[in-house]
Amino acid sequence: MPPQMTGAQMLWESLIREGVDVVFGYPGGSIMPVYDALLDYPQVRHVLTRHEQGAAHAADAYARTLRDQGKVGVAMATSGPGATNLTTGIANAFMDSSPVVFITGQVSAEYLGTDAFQEIDVTGISLPITKHNFLVTRAEDIPRVVREAFHIARTGRPGPVLIDLCKNAQNDTAPFVWPTEVRLPGYRPPQRADEDALAEATRLLAEAQRPVILAGQGVLMSGAMPELRALAEKADIPVAMTLLGLGALPLEHHLALGMMGMHGEYFVNMAIQHADLLIALGMRFDDRVTGKLEAYAPQARKIHVEVDPAEIGKNVPVDVALLGDLKTVLRQWLPRVAEARRPAWREQIAAWRADTQEHDVVHKTRRNGKGPLRGPEVIQRLWETTAGQDVIIATGVGQHQMWAAQYYRFPQPYRLVTSGGLGTMGFGLPAGVGAAVAHPDKEVWVIEGDGGFQMTQAEMATAVQEGLNIKIVVLNNNYLGMVRQWQELFYDRRYSAVLLHNPDFVKLADAHGIPARRVTERREVDAAFAFARQHQGPVLLEFRVPPEDNVFPMVTTSDPLHEMIRRPEEEPHVERSDWAGAAP
Amino acid sequence: MAMPHTFVVLVENKPGVLNRVASLFRRRNYNIHSLNVGTTQDPRVSRMTLVVNTTPEKAPLIEANLYKLVNVIDVQDVTDRPAVRRELALIKVRARQGMRTEIINLASVFRANIVDATPETMTIEVTGTPEKIDSLIEMLGAADVVEVVRTGVLAMTRGTIEGARHLPGAGGR
Repeated sequence: MPPQMTGAQMLWESLIREGVDVVFGYPGGSIMPVYDALLDYPQVRHVLTRHEQGAAHAADAYARTLRDQGKVGVAMATSGPGATNLTTGIANAFMDSSPVVFITGQVSAEYLGTDAFQEIDVTGISLPITKHNFLVTRAEDIPRVVREAFHIARTGRPGPVLIDLCKNAQNDTAPFVWPTEVRLPGYRPPQRADEDALAEATRLLAEAQRPVILAGQGVLMSGAMPELRALAEKADIPVAMTLLGLGALPLEHHLALGMMGMHGEYFVNMAIQHADLLIALGMRFDDRVTGKLEAYAPQARKIHVEVDPAEIGKNVPVDVALLGDLKTVLRQWLPRVAEARRPAWREQIAAWRADTQEHDVVHKTRRNGKGPLRGPEVIQRLWETTAGQDVIIATGVGQHQMWAAQYYRFPQPYRLVTSGGLGTMGFGLPAGVGAAVAHPDKEVWVIEGDGGFQMTQAEMATAVQEGLNIKIVVLNNNYLGMVRQWQELFYDRRYSAVLLHNPDFVKLADAHGIPARRVTERREVDAAFAFARQHQGPVLLEFRVPPEDNVFPMVTTSDPLHEMIRRPEEEPHVERSDWAGAAP
Repeated sequence: MAMPHTFVVLVENKPGVLNRVASLFRRRNYNIHSLNVGTTQDPRVSRMTLVVNTTPEKAPLIEANLYKLVNVIDVQDVTDRPAVRRELALIKVRARQGMRTEIINLASVFRANIVDATPETMTIEVTGTPEKIDSLIEMLGAADVVEVVRTGVLAMTRGTIEGARHLPGAGGR
């Protein structure tokens, strides 16, 4: 006889069977039975965030940084406002293909559709931002639904799955039967590539003189780093990475180019634009990566290796599609790939790279030793300080994010947690919470801007309550920097609603019991990092950086990828008075 | 160039599945020309016939996106395949004395039936390809047609006994 349990108990029993030991969440009326039953499952750690969005981002980051262990993030909230507060985080996980299961309380089934207190159509709202969702009205359905939700979230192209759990289903008692298999007749993600397509891809590669691999987050999601490396080395192919693909190949590898796209380095984009073959691995030719589509890699034939058939030909027409799990497909393909050496192509790229380094902002600043401390320099110094130590970087969205992507030289996969597709400001701190919970043995550095940090700064309290080893870096320029940059470049410097009168971030941290320091000078940087690292637990460092600094290089959305705004020859003009005094 | 594409979609017979399909078309900005849903020989499976105005380049993406829905069991683009396509229409026309014979004659040319008649109107039931129904409506004349209702196309591929194909959307190209 299967044991009788309440639906709430079944939920925890099911989550534990799916390997869940951490849940990020926020209780409320319609999910109280689940929170009551939680007390009887001490093996599950519940992290109480200060806002449901924080729980969603934390679960997202938890899943991304533990992808190699097959973990799925779990975030939980009540019905109505709890669920709607999750939605930004759900959308973020959806756009970045992050395996997260969201569980929301819902009013009892008998009240569905009556506009009851805190009743909102959550499966309706989340339909276009989840991989799949479930409305559960009966306790006995819970084990099957949980099993299916986790299976869908973690397999194929990963993504968020939402379970909306009616209160009566949480309270009712039924036999607990854990399903022995998942039966989803319509869910069959492709696994192995078609033989004919493989033969065609092999032919295109054999004919190529100037191939480039475009490595996306799919490499990390599939755990295909060794296969990527083997392919690149065997056929001597340089590897450009998307923002979310950073870490797929260590940046120090001789074939690693770095980030491509809008703020990618000059030589990376030049390589793509001059390539005669692009091998896209688990990336989706996002507009931030291609620039003007009509002029994208005009000489290149394209091989697209993807697990999601709906990505094939969506933005860029491709010559061959290899549909399947990336790791599996590369293992199929590798034995057929001929060894090759391409010295001329590598020399050409090296020349572009040398030209890029000549323009490098940090290189110049350091050579001069003058001018104000700038954002990129802070990141570069952080990288030098933490090099060789396994730290995780979580960022928000904007200028600081792009500087982090450009100047932190990611040596490993799963060490950059950032919001790519949705571009969610304020992602950094809650993502840091998730990463720190996932990796208590590692230092987690949150890099945020002053704008984004204030969107989710409440999670400082979570970091303190949970004793998380999070080091928060706020690059404070008293502006919404990226929007200001666009206004400068494309709106004739008409600054509209971008100036921020900020709180005193050091005092704010202090109010949370978080040690903090403000840094305004270059000579203070190393001591500040040392200060942060000698304190176990959360620390905040505020870096005052020039208000009108820009992220370069930059490709505007209407330009071809190789027509970049390069880094300026001169240091940016900085008037200290208009920023040093802006904060209290 | 955009032209009508016909998709046969087998879905799990569960609540909300129609909403998922409709939501997908709205979200991806695909324009549904007609959508028909009904039961099949298997009570667990419903069958949709979707006609979408789209280009040959975009059609595989629609197929792939439909296939991505977890409740969608199979998708076939039958546009270029030999298939039986049928639509049913009810057409109510003005039918005063002196016009009735002509309407009855026209209906019989189109193998249509008169299923209702009043002193003012007659209602014609016609089955056939969309083109055939278009022609009948045209022949009846805009001034005389009072009301038209059409089911949208039902489609079934000819001959093969395997029926539904089991390959992921775009990969089946």
